Amino acid sequence: MKKELFGKRGFLFGNEAIVRGALESGVGYASSYPGTPATEIGDTFAAIAKDTGIYFEWSVNEKVALEAAAGAVFSGIKALVSMKHYGLNVASDSLLPLVYLGCPFVVVVADDPGSWSSVQAEQDTRWFSRLIHVPTLEPSNSQEAKDMTKFAFQFSQKHKIPVLVRLTTRICYSKSLVNFGKIKKGKKKGKFVKKEFKLGSAQTVALHKKLLEKLKKIRKDCEKSKLNFIEEGRGKIGIITSGVAYIYIKEAFQELKIKLPLLKLGFSYPFPSDKVKNFLKNLKKVIVIEELDPIIEEEVKKFSKKIKIYGKDFFSEAGELKPEDILVNLSKILGKKIDRNLSYNIKNYKEPEKRIPFFCPGCPHRSTFYAVKKALGKKIFAGDIGCYMLGVYEPFRMQDFVVSMGASVGISHGISKASGQKPVIFIGDSTFFHAGLPSLLNLVYNKANALVIVLDNRWTAMTGHQPNPGSGLTGMKKETKIANIEEIAKALGVDFVKTSNVWNFSQFVKDLKQAYSIKGVSVIVAKGECRLAFIRQAVRKGIKLPKFKIKKQDKKLEQLKDFGCPAIKKEKGKWLIDKDLCWSCSICKQLFPDLIEVEK
Amino acid sequence: MKPFNLIVVGYGGQGILTLTDIISKAALKQGYDVKEAELHGLAQRGGSLDCHVRFGGGIHSSLIPRAKADLIIALEALEALRACYWVNKNTVVLINSKIFRSSLNMKKILREIKKFTRKIYVVDADEIVKKETGNILGVNIFMLGYALKKKLLPLKKENVWKAVEERIRKRFLQENRKIFEKSFKY
Ligand SMILES: Cc1ncc(C[n+]2csc(CCOP(=O)(O)OP(=O)(O)O)c2C)c(N)n1
Repeated sequence: MKKELFGKRGFLFGNEAIVRGALESGVGYASSYPGTPATEIGDTFAAIAKDTGIYFEWSVNEKVALEAAAGAVFSGIKALVSMKHYGLNVASDSLLPLVYLGCPFVVVVADDPGSWSSVQAEQDTRWFSRLIHVPTLEPSNSQEAKDMTKFAFQFSQKHKIPVLVRLTTRICYSKSLVNFGKIKKGKKKGKFVKKEFKLGSAQTVALHKKLLEKLKKIRKDCEKSKLNFIEEGRGKIGIITSGVAYIYIKEAFQELKIKLPLLKLGFSYPFPSDKVKNFLKNLKKVIVIEELDPIIEEEVKKFSKKIKIYGKDFFSEAGELKPEDILVNLSKILGKKIDRNLSYNIKNYKEPEKRIPFFCPGCPHRSTFYAVKKALGKKIFAGDIGCYMLGVYEPFRMQDFVVSMGASVGISHGISKASGQKPVIFIGDSTFFHAGLPSLLNLVYNKANALVIVLDNRWTAMTGHQPNPGSGLTGMKKETKIANIEEIAKALGVDFVKTSNVWNFSQFVKDLKQAYSIKGVSVIVAKGECRLAFIRQAVRKGIKLPKFKIKKQDKKLEQLKDFGCPAIKKEKGKWLIDKDLCWSCSICKQLFPDLIEVEK
Repeated sequence: MKPFNLIVVGYGGQGILTLTDIISKAALKQGYDVKEAELHGLAQRGGSLDCHVRFGGGIHSSLIPRAKADLIIALEALEALRACYWVNKNTVVLINSKIFRSSLNMKKILREIKKFTRKIYVVDADEIVKKETGNILGVNIFMLGYALKKKLLPLKKENVWKAVEERIRKRFLQENRKIFEKSFKY
């Protein structure tokens, strides 16, 4: 149970505030698939679900999570689904028709400007608002995240439409004090009501027309909404903004001792054109400050031909906006001097060498990459999304491409068919369940030639050890059936399947060689629990694990460089194992049984 | 009070998020408005990590603007250098002398940091904590106590300890108490 979430007020992350907002709205059903920066919305639901009587699940992917939330609404229960931006790419196929059908629920999507934890693309979800026609709210801090979630539930009920709450990394991961309202007990058990949500094969165009009418009404509400507000200021230059930039602008005003007229858009789709026109009436110039794409800017351009607009020519589309970006660019536009400390820093600071993230000590993925290198040498290596992405760095450099969840398999299929070569595919267990199943079936059915290695560490590790169908636990920590990847592969008709223990190194290498030698599709399930999860368990249970040390210095130990364990290093010409870092996986001892021993 | 701007840096796995949370909670206990910014996800797998805590009045952003820090607590030296992004000539930089996976040495790092501020404290926290407890898990708590002892952090010791008690698992509290008290002797 999270104490912070209850009481009169709490010191909350944006992600936690979303959950509090849902509690104040009588939510009964929540679902998600993990993804930074949205993961903790699900984690928080998981922590409070049992005590509050809410149903929560980690679904196998975002599309399923969204559909299931809609199913709860079809049964009369209030529902919320959360995901990171890429999740909506996957789920959007179902969200479009659900807007047509008028299904009221709340969809929370978190973007990641700056790509702090997102390698695929830097994506602005506000385009989806336009594609899907879904009313969109953009909180600027935790208090607004809570309040807007509550508003989203009300508004979705009022207009019978899904409502999108769009977050960004800094809102998800900033904490501040949030004043609470009353918790509302919602229905937890419902009943499917026939006919309320009519599906329309022949009605699609009619439903589209109906939606457009509905959007007109929604726009009227949006024009009047207090979530879009003006703060009075001096002069003929104004600012329009949304999201976290609003907060940085206030910071910059304080620093520069200025106060320009400011329009903040919290309810940003449908676009409140009248309110914006009104704001522009007395202005000569306007500065549009928004993270990522020039969406507000393009809207403003549509109806203000005469006014001078400053936007993406100053505030970059790529990367996140930082408080100093706003400060510096505002000073430039307004012809103001910036603080001497800041200009000194800008002139003299150069970022030192970047830190490259690495596999934890004892990570099963390290064993897998090293075994594949030993067994197969250089091959086409297809990468996918998860902790094992780190195999792209030194000392392995064993990923020729990483695209999106499950794409390792789909792309390899094309390579196999188009070139006749045999790719080696790395895909994590959670990713396999999320998007690997259909593409594995496609490999088999359309007769490709590939080796698929499922790195089964039992958890969705990268996002913080959420359970997946291989874990045997639901989002509410109830035991459930474990999906057996080996059996699944067999059932799909894979030519050769074997489960290998990554901690038995020499056997693992043999298995890989055998699997690769077979023509057709082979699957190796590389089993070894995430070491971080394993060690936490061991500490909790008070289990002491053996540590390893170098028994004898030898030239052969140079090979350890290719193993890349952070606990093993060479200092002053001597190899040593750092006891504070060693997590007892024993692979180094298996590699050099005569040179490495268990510490007594 | 004018906002106090603190940045805690290090690499993933050093207990930075815990330390940041303790400081925020202690500042709340002291009745301040507090804002905190951190990152989760890939940043935790041995990557660089910077967490921001601001307390006092008139704070909008949770991220501390460039060159605006009052104090940097660095659990590792290369990260102290990276944190100079937020340093001005009045900023105090408190550094654990550990260097992790870097080609730079301490002398070079300090020379670079001195271009931004002269107010530098270096302490061998890893070594001290290891001597006291046999492991380095408590380095974050040591650095916190040390900052209080040197009066670099305008928070009361009792409030900070209360926040530690609320945050750290009971099993580890005794060891942390020992480290916390020890840090006041250096
Ligand atoms: C559509 C989509 N949803 C979520 C994510 C976020 N994400 C990145 S990796 C990952 C999980 C990987 O888990 P797994 O495949 O088991 O690998 P592990 O990290 O455990 O090694 C997730 C959920 C994403 N990139 N794309």
